[in-house]
Amino acid sequence: MSRIQTAFLDLGLMDTLSGKDTPVHRLDPRAKLLTTLIFIITVVSFGKYEISAIIPFFIFPAVMMSLGELPFYYLFRKILIVIPFAFMIGIFNPLIDREILMRIGLFSISGGWISFCSIMVKFILTAGSVLVLIACTGFNSVCMALEKMGAPRIFAVQLLFLYRYIFVLIVEASRMANARALRSFDGKGKGMKVFGYLLGHLLLRTIDRAQRIYLAMLCRGFDGEIRVNRHLEAGMREVIFTVAWSAFFIAMRVYNIPLIAGSFITELIL
Amino acid sequence: MHMADALISPAVGGTMWAASAGLIAYCSKKVRDDVDDIKIPLMGVVGAFIFASQMINFTIPGTGSSGHLGGGMILAILLGPYAAFLTMASVLTVQALFFADGGLLALGCNIFNLGFFPCFIAYPFIYKKIAGEQPTQQRIMAGALAASILGLQMGAFGVVLETLFSGISELHFRTFVLLMQPIHLAIGIIEGLVTAAVVTFVWKARPEILEMAATAKPVRHLSLRNVIAGLLVFAAITGGALSWFASANPDGLEWAMFHVSGKEELESPEKGLHSMLGAIQEKTAFLPDYSFKNPEEKEGHAKTGEGEPAANSGEDGKWPTVSAGTSVSGLVGGALVLVLAAFIGFALKKRS
Amino acid sequence: MSHHIVEVKNLKYTYPDGTCALKDISFRITHGESVAVVGENGAGKSTLLLHLNGYLMSGNGIIRIGDYPLTKETVKEIRRTVGMVFQDPDDQLFMPTVYDDVAFGPLNLSLPPEEVDSRVENALFTVGALHLKSRPPYRLSGGEKRSVSIATVLAMSPDILVMDEPTSNLDPRARRKLIELLKTFKHTKIIATHDLDMVMDLCERTIVIHKGQVMSDGPTAEIFMNQELLAESHLEKPLRMQGCPVCGNK
Ligand SMILES: Nc1ncnc2c1ncn2[C@@H]1O[C@H](COP(=O)(O)OP(=O)(O)OP(=O)(O)O)[C@@H](O)[C@H]1O
Ligand SMILES: [Mg+2]
Repeated sequence: MSRIQTAFLDLGLMDTLSGKDTPVHRLDPRAKLLTTLIFIITVVSFGKYEISAIIPFFIFPAVMMSLGELPFYYLFRKILIVIPFAFMIGIFNPLIDREILMRIGLFSISGGWISFCSIMVKFILTAGSVLVLIACTGFNSVCMALEKMGAPRIFAVQLLFLYRYIFVLIVEASRMANARALRSFDGKGKGMKVFGYLLGHLLLRTIDRAQRIYLAMLCRGFDGEIRVNRHLEAGMREVIFTVAWSAFFIAMRVYNIPLIAGSFITELIL
Repeated sequence: MHMADALISPAVGGTMWAASAGLIAYCSKKVRDDVDDIKIPLMGVVGAFIFASQMINFTIPGTGSSGHLGGGMILAILLGPYAAFLTMASVLTVQALFFADGGLLALGCNIFNLGFFPCFIAYPFIYKKIAGEQPTQQRIMAGALAASILGLQMGAFGVVLETLFSGISELHFRTFVLLMQPIHLAIGIIEGLVTAAVVTFVWKARPEILEMAATAKPVRHLSLRNVIAGLLVFAAITGGALSWFASANPDGLEWAMFHVSGKEELESPEKGLHSMLGAIQEKTAFLPDYSFKNPEEKEGHAKTGEGEPAANSGEDGKWPTVSAGTSVSGLVGGALVLVLAAFIGFALKKRS
Repeated sequence: MSHHIVEVKNLKYTYPDGTCALKDISFRITHGESVAVVGENGAGKSTLLLHLNGYLMSGNGIIRIGDYPLTKETVKEIRRTVGMVFQDPDDQLFMPTVYDDVAFGPLNLSLPPEEVDSRVENALFTVGALHLKSRPPYRLSGGEKRSVSIATVLAMSPDILVMDEPTSNLDPRARRKLIELLKTFKHTKIIATHDLDMVMDLCERTIVIHKGQVMSDGPTAEIFMNQELLAESHLEKPLRMQGCPVCGNK
């Protein structure tokens, strides 16, 4: 399947997921957006050799995924698709940083490997939390939340339009790309010149479309201001959600729970 | 060239967020005041076009690899600088959210690097100057090409500066520049050629479209001097805000490695690369507390110096090995909590 | 009620690139009439419709909607009276969800939120699309999109409905449903189309446009019987008026 179709299906699936009706989906988008931001900042603020202390942060995406009935494997695969880059970069750490930081029995582990693992863990967490946010909130709601949280109306409207027409234009673009692919052989016809025409045509059509949309807007009384009849209601649930999770994140940031629990257990055993 | 979360300290990320948010607010106001309401749907739809067009690629002659359309410059030419900046910001936001291309924290940097420079520097001071009042095909070609290349160079330089201000990189300014600029010269030439091709195509087919952008009260009142002064003030604030973060000074080499690999982008500009990298780096950046350090002794190092003994292992910053006991506890506890997290997940799922 | 009258007199229009799309068009449509505008590709149908709500304005000719001539001053009021349904529903449905889209117009009329709400519900109910309310438009089928785009216009409670090729891209079932729906509307209707069978069902009057001019204007049945006229304007008799190719009956 071509990239463009994959991207389309991908957007579509994320969109479907966000249309579910679960307690998590019903939460006000602002609460989820804010909580995710706090989550990312706390995770990112950990030191580079930290692994165990970060682990409790998996609880957040895990809870969101199961309450929001999100498909774990799909989201995980989405992270995996992008992780090779992280892996490629992270893998330099063990090469550069060979200082032995840790010994377990006969094994010595260098700082590089530790920081590499830390990178992977943090990567999975931050990328995962953004995907979870979108999958259980939906892009449109995130935009509404942005607007309510102070982003300029025009910018939010911009994002909405962009998202709305991605679906239309991707179909149009892939039709053109297919037409080109069907008639180009041995790489001929895929050069820059044809590409320029292709894009140029697509662009002209796009601009025409914008004109027609504008006309449709005018016909319904558009006067430069886009209005949306939708009230977000943040109640007690939202406040509790945000405060409780943030408290949890901060507690986990301050106390290394796994280490404490681990010491307790190892002491019991040894 | 998407800056990634990991490359920047939260302070730089925050400052750039503020800068980009300010620009977004300013441009929103400008676009609202614009008489031409059609810009509102036009921006969104053309943004979607940039998005879709990045999914079609072309073969770069002689290499077998592929390239695609960049965005900022063509937007500026079509929409004028203010609307283009807003549109670029929305494209980057969607990329960050759906494809993890550029992190959330780095979004401010990316919007600035890929939006501000093309729209507010390269477009008015390069493209407009070359294309002139009575553009010809050659002038448009040359202008689009030059502006794309230089815009991207500035963006790349922005990455360098942001990194230096972050205090994350130990890389010398010069090495860094030598690493970044040539790569982006290559990318810029390709982007520039595509941009020029598309713009001239549009110009030939429907010249009025370009005229619309050009006549829409451009940044004429925006003098180069004002822009530079603004940038300087901005840099000073950034520098000030960040100086006290300077102690948190993580690994520079790793960063460079990132950039070496960042080159991959040239071969497969499939996006996503940087973001990932960034995400990674970002985690390593902030707050120098390492769990495996020997508290007092280490703290001293982290505060005073580059704090990243691993990178320059030759230096005095010997890291005391952590006692086996602690590490084993960490492992056991970590595993335990992970199982617990999974369990919580499953339990909730069953119930719901 | 003279309110729903549409009158066009000596309308001419030339596009900026020099294409002369309309040369001297005149007609008068009275309240409650349902009129088809037919003609070959490029005849000028869409151009004509775009004049009816003031998107295109030319100094040449007069357009009166209801009691007012269409001018820069009255255009806002007139756009409220004339509801336009465009050919491609994707152009008409630009908001994130069906609800938002149908609410777009009423909100621009500065109606109170409850009123907007009830208008949206009513409009969606009328076209049988209430269940699609919270769906994003890119997740609708072609027929559903068409229904919703009609609802977006109905929510403005226009007096006159103007539609450009409403049945294009619809499967036979969706087309039939649409026709039944349109039959129930009491509005003055102006429909540009190539679907002559629909015209027979829906419109008692037909205006034939050829190369930017009114070639014929009269009762639908009469016009469709006139072979010469049809041939000249690149049209064919509606299928159901043609002989059956299998049994050969007229
Ligand atoms: N934006 C435009 N600029 C210049 N010429 C145009 C434009 N739109 C239409 N025309 C020309 O005006 C004429 C009338 O076009 P119009 O779209 O009104 O035809 P139509 O009857 O709606 O045709 P169709 O049945 O194909 O929809 C055509 O010759 C067309 O080429
Ligand atoms: Mg037409």
